[in-house]
Amino acid sequence: MNIRRLLVIAVPYLWLLALFLVPFGIVLKISLSDLAIARPPYTPYLDLAAGLAGLKAFFAGLDFDNFVFLTTDDLYWRAYLSSLWIALSSTALALLVGYPIAYAMSRATPEWRPTLMMLVILPFWTSFLIRVYAWVGILNTEGVLNQFLMLTGVISEPLTILNTRTAVYIGIVYTYLPFMVLPIYATLDRLDDALLEAAEDLGCSRLSAFWLVTVPLSKQGIIAGCFLVFIPAIGEFVIPALLGGSETLMIGKVLWDEFFRNRDWPVASAVAIVLLLILLIPIILFQRNEQKQREAEG
Amino acid sequence: MATMPANEDFAPWDDPSARALITFRNVTKRFGRFTAIDAIDLAIYEREFFALLGPSGCGKTTLMRMLAGFETPTEGAIELAGRDIVPVPPNRREVNMMFQSYALFPHLSVWDNIAFGLRRSAMGRADIAARVEEMLRLTRLEPFARRKPHQISGGQRQRVALARSLAKAPKLLLLDEPLGALDKKLRQETQFELMDIQEKTGTTFVIVTHDQEEAMTVASRVAVMDHGRIVQVDTPARIYESPNSVYVADFIGDVNIIEGTAGASSDGPNLAVHWAEGQQALTGPARTPLAGGQRCALAIRPEKIAISGDRPGGMHNVVQGKVLDIAYLGNVSTYHVELPTGHVLKAQTANTRRIARRSHTWDDTVWLSWSDTASVVLPV
Ligand SMILES: Nc1ncnc2c1ncn2[C@@H]1O[C@H](COP(=O)(O)OP(=O)(O)OP(=O)(O)O)[C@@H](O)[C@H]1O
Ligand SMILES: [Mg+2]
Repeated sequence: MNIRRLLVIAVPYLWLLALFLVPFGIVLKISLSDLAIARPPYTPYLDLAAGLAGLKAFFAGLDFDNFVFLTTDDLYWRAYLSSLWIALSSTALALLVGYPIAYAMSRATPEWRPTLMMLVILPFWTSFLIRVYAWVGILNTEGVLNQFLMLTGVISEPLTILNTRTAVYIGIVYTYLPFMVLPIYATLDRLDDALLEAAEDLGCSRLSAFWLVTVPLSKQGIIAGCFLVFIPAIGEFVIPALLGGSETLMIGKVLWDEFFRNRDWPVASAVAIVLLLILLIPIILFQRNEQKQREAEG
Repeated sequence: MATMPANEDFAPWDDPSARALITFRNVTKRFGRFTAIDAIDLAIYEREFFALLGPSGCGKTTLMRMLAGFETPTEGAIELAGRDIVPVPPNRREVNMMFQSYALFPHLSVWDNIAFGLRRSAMGRADIAARVEEMLRLTRLEPFARRKPHQISGGQRQRVALARSLAKAPKLLLLDEPLGALDKKLRQETQFELMDIQEKTGTTFVIVTHDQEEAMTVASRVAVMDHGRIVQVDTPARIYESPNSVYVADFIGDVNIIEGTAGASSDGPNLAVHWAEGQQALTGPARTPLAGGQRCALAIRPEKIAISGDRPGGMHNVVQGKVLDIAYLGNVSTYHVELPTGHVLKAQTANTRRIARRSHTWDDTVWLSWSDTASVVLPV
């Protein structure tokens, strides 16, 4: 192996090491530390000047107390479960909303497709925070939605949507919809129309051709889209903070509170590590799916 | 070149009492302002192997897709077994199509691909399995039943497509350039396989092909198309021997076309064609009655022209020329002979002798001759 090839391989790995593994190591270390009134607010602190004895003292100071603590307060596992549930349901909702959009895009005439694609991506060009905040204006009791519904006489009392789980679902589905639409669109776009004609020719109605051919052949896109929504949705903080109010419990919010309100870095780090471990399973599954798709196309 | 259909008595198109399986009545198909199919009338009979032949873009696929139900005629009616099928959706037609691209379902195994159509019918599980096995045997695909389409070869894929379209035992099977992707040898093998299957199953086949040799080999009748019209429908032999126009003569096989004017009709069906100043008129049977002085063309196949060093006696059609080029094709050689008038005629002889002992060579002066009935005189 020559130097150039080694470099080509080494650079991304160094990158990964610096930007992922090192921060992860630091967070892991903090999660094993103890809270201290100090700066930074935890001990032990590695004292390299003390040499081997310092290193020994350092490792002696590390323990799993914070992880044990997470199991003693039911707040944490309730927050994890609730996050999982919210992420799962929003993923399902995003699929329900996203699939028809992707399908319609793939059925549109070719000259319209870039425009439709543009419309899906367009929101990304503005700040995520502003877009989520805009929903506050839409969903609150005096908001645009309630005003419209009252004006048209659909309801007589304003609906309370803001600061409920419903608002969180709306926020997540809205924010992550493009991640659902684009991979599904990519698979549908590649679908050969002749396959649908063949299905019809062999006795399928339009609907059964959709179920028997279109859906199975867009499976990879559906799986990719679901992971791309599910994984970031679990740890979501901004959306539940802005739209969910105090009522919705999500692990991202718990983490934020531990870190900034309680300034308990060790517990916050432990929460983050457990979250990462939970996410590891879907991430690995996602990678395997991507790999399988590449092999199938190979 | 043209092999006779296996059963020479099979000629329902000549039988006025025979009822056609498919009838096109004045069918026109327009895409916007473009006319893809132009007022076609056509009858296809049961158990026929009917070939559609024509240049790219002449409307073969469009005609096929109207039969399958993927396109609706702009005007006219299509009947299948006496029933108007225009309003019938593709999934309700007793017609199956083998797609040009095969269109195999990539997520299903060979077995499931073949079973796909059967599962959409009211057939029981055991019957489906039996039928699929039968199709696998017929197309010799048993070893590959569990594989996915991307795990088999192009030729095997093509057989899966065929098996899948045959499985439902349709009244009519449409084959859109089914053998286009195969190499010549495999193509010929498959042609005979197709004919065999057609004979065994008794299904009516309509095949689209670019390859005229293929059409001649497999078809009971051939329709030659041009610009959305059908120019001639006939048996392969009659299309070859007795084309009704210069277009058909030129499209099927190699042909020499000599343009001229018709002389007054002299002996029987034969017509004299004056083709060049100071040259003796050529004679041949006229395909349609022609008035004296009308422009016409004499079409003569290269293999019907004899080539000799001395002037042959007792022939009406004799011309002299110089050998311009010789194309050696293995079993035959084609001589390109330039006449004093500037015409270049192709004459073909079988290579019965070794190449070194050829009796004519470049720049030799030779005589070309053919019998009165070898050519055909066509209107232009
Ligand atoms: N959906 C369509 N819209 C517009 N024009 C079309 C459409 N389908 C076919 N055509 C046109 O109709 C004509 C006939 O097309 P068709 O596909 O039947 O040709 P073909 O004889 O099958 O040609 P090939 O041998 O190349 O397959 C072509 O000029 C084609 O451009
Ligand atoms: Mg075609």
